[in-house]
Amino acid sequence: MEYEAIIGMEVHAQLLTRSKMFCACAADYAAAPPNTRVCPVCLGMPGTLPVINRRAVEFVVMTGLALHCRIADHSRFARKNYHYPDLPKGYQISQYELPLCSDGYLEIEVDGRVKRIGIERVHLEEDTAKLIHTGEHSLIDANRAGVPLMEIVSAPDLRTGEEARQYLTRLRTILRYLGVSSGNMEEGSMRCEVNISLRPAGTDVRGTKVEVKNLNSFRSVKQAIEYETERQRRLLESGERVVQVTMGWDEARGRTVLQRVKESADDYRYFPEPDLPPLELSREWVERIRASLPELPEARRERFVRDYGLSAYDAGVLTADRDVADFFEAVAGLGGDAKGAANWITGEIFRLMNARGLEMSQMPIRPAQLCELMGLIREGVITTTIAKDVLGYMVDTGDSPGAIVQQRGLAQVRDAAALEAVARQVIADNPDAVAQYLAGKEQVLKFLVGQMMRATKGQANPTLAAEILKALLAQGR
Amino acid sequence: MPLSLQQVEHIAELAKLALTDEEKERYRLQLSAILEYADMLQRLDLDGVPPMSHAVALTNITRPDEPAASSPRDEILANAPDHKDGLIRVRPILE
Ligand SMILES: [Zn+2]
Repeated sequence: MEYEAIIGMEVHAQLLTRSKMFCACAADYAAAPPNTRVCPVCLGMPGTLPVINRRAVEFVVMTGLALHCRIADHSRFARKNYHYPDLPKGYQISQYELPLCSDGYLEIEVDGRVKRIGIERVHLEEDTAKLIHTGEHSLIDANRAGVPLMEIVSAPDLRTGEEARQYLTRLRTILRYLGVSSGNMEEGSMRCEVNISLRPAGTDVRGTKVEVKNLNSFRSVKQAIEYETERQRRLLESGERVVQVTMGWDEARGRTVLQRVKESADDYRYFPEPDLPPLELSREWVERIRASLPELPEARRERFVRDYGLSAYDAGVLTADRDVADFFEAVAGLGGDAKGAANWITGEIFRLMNARGLEMSQMPIRPAQLCELMGLIREGVITTTIAKDVLGYMVDTGDSPGAIVQQRGLAQVRDAAALEAVARQVIADNPDAVAQYLAGKEQVLKFLVGQMMRATKGQANPTLAAEILKALLAQGR
Repeated sequence: MPLSLQQVEHIAELAKLALTDEEKERYRLQLSAILEYADMLQRLDLDGVPPMSHAVALTNITRPDEPAASSPRDEILANAPDHKDGLIRVRPILE
């Protein structure tokens, strides 16, 4: 029997506010020594009262608007009750009924076709404390407790690991464009859980859901889904039953491992948070937030195709990261050739970023410098091959391309006398090739030009080199 | 509808309370009385009355996103059962 996987995703993203969700403790918990970003409110001491961080609410509404959600007129917080040492209060302030945003969607591309993935809800809650297990004891750092956390729940519209990876990538791009979250999965500022069930293809049978946690990268999301889909398919095909469990992803071994069996539904006894009055989101407030939204990746991609004549593919690659898109537009805005800039960025600049493990924001190259580099090629000062080396030096030193070309003597040799000497040497060193050329095999000229480029370490002007060679060889005829 | 003994045990478990048999029975009766009162309220005709989650008619009580000093760590740790290197120390948690 053919099975299809029904996949839903829950993403938690920390918000880039300066202070915590319900108190004024600074939210920069990661850099701070343990338990130095803590106060009676985020520890839930008796007699304290939480107060809602307005900016966090606005960040969630921004996200909801970007995901085409309905923004609630009335929204409220709820208590989710459970006991665990990472929860100082014994409950987490979250949202249950009346989340801030609901019923939106995010578009992905599957086999060249646009597919809409439903967003069931986007709500606001608080992060938990960090636990460190030593074996003998568990240690608690409450700096993270109370940091604003946004939960984005997709509809079970995803079918494959690749769809899930793409959904997550696009979601992160949107969060970064909005500036509401860093979306850094390795550092845990964006976390992801998936639930997967299988059903006979084309039916609407409800399979048993398995939850997979501990997914710390885009790659592990895709791999975990593929692994878990296959595991469930084998169970079903051999007539066994899928048990409702929570699995963890073991990155090192590339497999899911059992975390716990769900005996009964979790019993969190949610109730409206009595310490926090509800929120009324007036139209004016929501419209003000809408007006503050930046241009989003989809719109920007379309504009890049329209305004700069880029391919949809290049436009997609450039707009996937806001910093990259900004860099490209700055180069184009300085009068740089847009298509040329796109090629340099998606080619050499991305290669250098990968090789050195740098983000665009950490690259020392300024837009004006890329313009200058492209200008040096256009004016024939350097060849494209040399320009690639110059770019590498630019990343290393932060110097301008002009200065590097001058310091390192990289300008093309256009001095005919100098090139003629090189040409004579090449002719002398390659008698066989010369004989072939003289016998009418004209394509051998390319080889000889190549030898000249090699002898000059790429600095010979190739057009001039070819002309000089031709002239000298004509004399030999 | 009075609560069953199992329901009382379930609630005690969720609240991490160890109850004696005598306490279980006492709380069963007390909690049942509270629920009976809630049942009375449920029977009122409230058609057209909007649901209410808070007793005070406040909305939108928010604060600007401005950080301020946290508590001195000594004070925070003074309330912890035990601590080590600035971290709160508790019994080991098995994942
Ligand atoms: Zn605090």
